[in-house]
Amino acid sequence: MATVTFDHATRVYPGTERPAVDQLNLEIEDGEFLVLVGPSGCGKSTSLRMLAGLEDVNGGHIFIGDRDVTDVQPKDRDIAMVFQNYALYPHMSVADNMGFALKIAGTPKAEIRQRVEEAAKILDLTEYLDRKPKALSGGQRQRVAMGRAIVRQPQVFLMDEPLSNLDAKLRVQTRTQIASLQRRLGVTTVYVTHDQTEALTMGDRIAVLNHGVLQQVGTPREMYDRPNNVFVAGFIGSPAMNIGTFDVKEGVVKVGSADVPLERSIASGMTDADSGKVTLGFRPEALDVVPVGTPGSFDVEVNLVEELGSDAFVYGTLKGDTDLNLTAGETNQLIVRIDPRSVPDKGDVIAVSIQAGHSHVFSATTGERLG
Amino acid sequence: MTQQKLQITAVAPDPALLDLPWDVPLAEWPDEVLAALPQGISRHVVRFVNHGGRVIAIKEIGETVAYREYELLRQLHRIEVPSVVPVGVITGRRAPDGERLEAVLVTEHLQFSLPYRALFSQDLRPDTATRLIDALAVLLVRLHLVGFYWGDVSLSNTLFRRDAETFAAYLVDAETGDIHRTLTNGQRNYDVDLARTNIIGELMDLSAGELLDEDVDEVAIGDALVERYNELWDALTGSEAFDSDDRWRVAARIERLNDLGFDVGELEITTDIDGTRVRIQPKVVDAGHHSRRLLRLTGLDVQENQARRMLNDLDSYRAAMDRQNDQEQIVAHAWVRQVFRPTIDAVPRELRRKLEPAQLFHEILDHRWFISQQAQRDIPMPEAAASYVENVLRHRPDEDAVLGLAPGEAEPEY
Repeated sequence: MATVTFDHATRVYPGTERPAVDQLNLEIEDGEFLVLVGPSGCGKSTSLRMLAGLEDVNGGHIFIGDRDVTDVQPKDRDIAMVFQNYALYPHMSVADNMGFALKIAGTPKAEIRQRVEEAAKILDLTEYLDRKPKALSGGQRQRVAMGRAIVRQPQVFLMDEPLSNLDAKLRVQTRTQIASLQRRLGVTTVYVTHDQTEALTMGDRIAVLNHGVLQQVGTPREMYDRPNNVFVAGFIGSPAMNIGTFDVKEGVVKVGSADVPLERSIASGMTDADSGKVTLGFRPEALDVVPVGTPGSFDVEVNLVEELGSDAFVYGTLKGDTDLNLTAGETNQLIVRIDPRSVPDKGDVIAVSIQAGHSHVFSATTGERLG
Repeated sequence: MTQQKLQITAVAPDPALLDLPWDVPLAEWPDEVLAALPQGISRHVVRFVNHGGRVIAIKEIGETVAYREYELLRQLHRIEVPSVVPVGVITGRRAPDGERLEAVLVTEHLQFSLPYRALFSQDLRPDTATRLIDALAVLLVRLHLVGFYWGDVSLSNTLFRRDAETFAAYLVDAETGDIHRTLTNGQRNYDVDLARTNIIGELMDLSAGELLDEDVDEVAIGDALVERYNELWDALTGSEAFDSDDRWRVAARIERLNDLGFDVGELEITTDIDGTRVRIQPKVVDAGHHSRRLLRLTGLDVQENQARRMLNDLDSYRAAMDRQNDQEQIVAHAWVRQVFRPTIDAVPRELRRKLEPAQLFHEILDHRWFISQQAQRDIPMPEAAASYVENVLRHRPDEDAVLGLAPGEAEPEY
């Protein structure tokens, strides 16, 4: 087992100007489950492939433990790409399906059996070891595939969107399994996904990338509660955070008819370039529905109500601010979480206020967090 | 109940595709629509279906992955890499009870192709494995030359077609693949290493199922792929340096590549400052040297080694007719009219499903050599063709669409 270190690691594809991965600095702890997440083209898969040895590193270094692997061939890196290939062999027993790579490598028979048995115990496959894969369920077959990687006892597991070709049911099931298995094995794991929900539910820490640049790395809680910039704020969380740029007048942010107080320490971070504006973010669940006219509240016209049983969300338009650039993820509507037992109708106007301490303030020019 | 709203993404959508039972999970499709039992080892449900006079392969797979693979296969087809031809992606499937069903990727079944399991279970020459490995090495090199990283090279993800005495390999599964401008050594080595592991695993599986001769050394066959791949890659891309007096070596290199079946599209030649040393390195090489030449001369589109064989016969024809000084193209047309077509036409129509025409021609040439040896005289083609049909072809299985399992083999579940 080992740490993984990206030290100013850079990948520039021939014939392109902008690096696909730009000066990535990232330290992954021994035994940690780190998720690389970001939109398509952000450099997450390239970063993983650099670690795997599948992409050249044009600048900087990559270490596994203390060993500089920057120029080491993939098969000599002591890593395992999990799930790349999990077609099982029908004539071989489950044990042979798990251990055949060791047999190829010339590992003594007794040791193969021992490693396979250990892996089977962790994977709850012990009683199936001498059976054929035909006797297994879909989930068990997945675990045999994982067993193949486990018996090799690599220093690092790499997983690149491993769930993308599973159906929805098996995806959720396997997600939980991978996360709990990784914790039991304690093998350093780097996992790539475009799905922030997957990232939040699986990772010890999450690294968000955009345009080849690392935006922020932290625990799911840190990423959610204290995003470093507007990109992370908008990317993490579902439904997405409401983000808009508003005028600041006399120490308050003007959101529709509401005056949202701005802490002096935060306001002092503003520069002339901001022309008296800040970008303000607030999550759908940081909004309280209050009686219309309540001081400090603003009005939202309801366009759509999404009822999800335990939760309900209003998609609406902020009243009173016409040339407003307000978005929540993909939509340019404002999202409010409401009590599912008290749901307004389409066309109604509701008043909402932002819970104290639950707004995020970013520079209107740089998008970086203020305060 | 939610009606299913099927969506077909295809270059040339075929409305008849809609008649297939898309509201039923693929694993439960009735026998009467299936062409035969599925073949190969796949992590997905795959079925072959008779459809409007041809066979199509249908694979259930996640929607995004289906679109991705469809696009990749289209690109590979466009740049003429031997691969299966994608027909389309169908989404929006629902069972009558409203349950969503997986998207499917539809590809054309490759006519006259043979899965490796069928090849190993037939009574073939003992070096079949070697010839399959050679074919796979050529395919892998061709894919790597165009910047395609496979990510899951295996015998199961490949189909083989007879190509004279050898095989030609075709890519059938591009799910894990990616096209890059150029591949890094890391990507190439990973593909080759994974190919080795997968091939050994697949052979061990055949061995466990007692479908493989006991003497076969699985690991040695896997190692042979690595060796063949590296030899070929070096021959095609390696640079060599020599004294400027040895310029003949430029022509020799090109000829060697032609022999390997490749054309040199671009050759980089650099000379050192005082002009005494020359270094050459092929920059662009295209596979299919012989098949392109035959196509240009005769319009016949066949595989590389079949083309090589036919070009040899064309050369003998020129010599025999004493037409070496005539324009090559004109002689080639005469050869097609007087030799090739009559030979194929001599095979009864009902037996032509057994082999491709070019492969038939190759085998008849072989047969002629064999019976000429026995008879101690030169047997003319019509007589050789008749003897081949009666004594060889009649006793061979159809290979137009070989999908079935080996005799006695139980169907793998996936």
